[in-house]
Amino acid sequence: MGNRSWQQPTEQEVTPESLFYSRRRVLKALGISAAALSLAPSAQAALWDLFSDPTPPPAHREALNFQQPAAYRPDLPWTPEEKVIGYNNYYEFGLDKASPKANAQGLQTSPWQVVIDGEVAKPVTLDVDELRKRFALEERIYRFRCVEAWSMVIPWVGFELGELLKWVQPTSRARYVAFQSLYDPKQMPGQADGQFGSGIQFPYVEGLRLDEAMHPLSLLAVGVYGKTLPPQNGAPLRLVVPWKYGFKSIKAIVRIRLLEKEPPTTWNLAAPDEYGFYANVNPQVDHPRWSQASERVISSGGLLDVTRQPTLPFNGYADAVAGLYTGMDLRRSF
Amino acid sequence: MGLTPKAISVLKCGIHLLGGALLGWLILAVQKDYFGADAAKELIKYCGRTALEFLFLTLLISPLALWTRTPALIRVRRLVGLWCFFWACLHLLAFAALELGWDLSLLLGEVVKRPYMLLGSLSWLLLLALAVTSNRWSQQQLGRDWAHLHRAVYVVAVLAPIHYLWSVKSITPKPVIYIFIAALLLLWRLYRRFNVTSKKM
Repeated sequence: MGNRSWQQPTEQEVTPESLFYSRRRVLKALGISAAALSLAPSAQAALWDLFSDPTPPPAHREALNFQQPAAYRPDLPWTPEEKVIGYNNYYEFGLDKASPKANAQGLQTSPWQVVIDGEVAKPVTLDVDELRKRFALEERIYRFRCVEAWSMVIPWVGFELGELLKWVQPTSRARYVAFQSLYDPKQMPGQADGQFGSGIQFPYVEGLRLDEAMHPLSLLAVGVYGKTLPPQNGAPLRLVVPWKYGFKSIKAIVRIRLLEKEPPTTWNLAAPDEYGFYANVNPQVDHPRWSQASERVISSGGLLDVTRQPTLPFNGYADAVAGLYTGMDLRRSF
Repeated sequence: MGLTPKAISVLKCGIHLLGGALLGWLILAVQKDYFGADAAKELIKYCGRTALEFLFLTLLISPLALWTRTPALIRVRRLVGLWCFFWACLHLLAFAALELGWDLSLLLGEVVKRPYMLLGSLSWLLLLALAVTSNRWSQQQLGRDWAHLHRAVYVVAVLAPIHYLWSVKSITPKPVIYIFIAALLLLWRLYRRFNVTSKKM
């Protein structure tokens, strides 16, 4: 394990998980008996939601071994872990920011097969576990900017998408990379409601141009905050493209396909005039309904501690990636 | 059927309890992380939706009074309307404080440029005008104009649900349901107006 530069609580400071949950159980039991005395079952259920911990026991997360290359450790204040794993857009598990954490804990993330095929010399199907072993993991501190104008700073653990693509050897015809999320309405209740439930079609699909995918910043993440990803953050395998709006960073990937033509992408299908294929973070190009010039920082502060900051072109990665788009009109190719 | 003054007082108490209980729930929900790790956005939306719900309740009172033949119900309508204004103020305040961090130049810039913000601001300004003139003195001063002015509530019932739908990332059930309810309440009035007029002729 690499040496960690951040402060961790000592073992004595952390409540053991088992003790934590046994306390919860006592409180819950008391809550039930007190409420049962006085209230109708429906009212009891509503109160129950509020007074009990709204989230089930979190899915198990394994500690990961990884390098910490200095190039990807900018001096930025990290968004606290409980906010990174408790404030998520993941319509497969509900529409509110707290829904994924509440609804995703039962997701079966192992075994997990990933298919990599299409315009490649060596198509493969393998378990995400093998991916984790085959490619050296790195921790990278990336800015994360949502199209809804909020942002975080997140310590991802993963490997370069380009490494995987080199391994399967794209053919000379390959120009795009398409990604597909798990489609399993039994496990992902949001999918069962279909498009009426969320306004988007499932399975969630995304895509990159091959040169974007080969860029060293493009990461396939398997972990966050030193451990495997929690389900609500896209376990067991997700994309992270830090210079694009968050919706490009598809979660729970089951298939990566190399293509000759530009693949359809979920949010572009839902509203083509609002969400483009490129979706590069760009303070100059507003969303048709709101401004992208600034962002609310999800920081360690409380509710009233609000930080807004100007949004940077390509989310602060312009030096590294602007060259991918020379000669393109980024207003048209938004 | 009439309502005794006592019954009206009880009803008004109930309305205050409802408005206050929703506020209490909000405070508790924030403390219990019910809105998730970062409550700002959900809290803003909750205030907006609650304002809409009180608006719908206001618009439900005259149909209710008609169906139940209890004209005295109208006497609690102002109170419900004021609670709607209260929640609309909280919504605006929460947006300015929690989303913009009191960067009011940003607020003004947004209002001018964003159609959904424009609708929201217009709705709030109209509600402000209605709240300020909701007292008996204004009613006397304005005379017939008072009734005309207070028909602006129908404009709010059109603008505010559209404001909600336009503010979200994709078309999801909640804002659609609110638009549907607003449409029902307004269509009922149109239908009645048309029917009553045709009966007269």
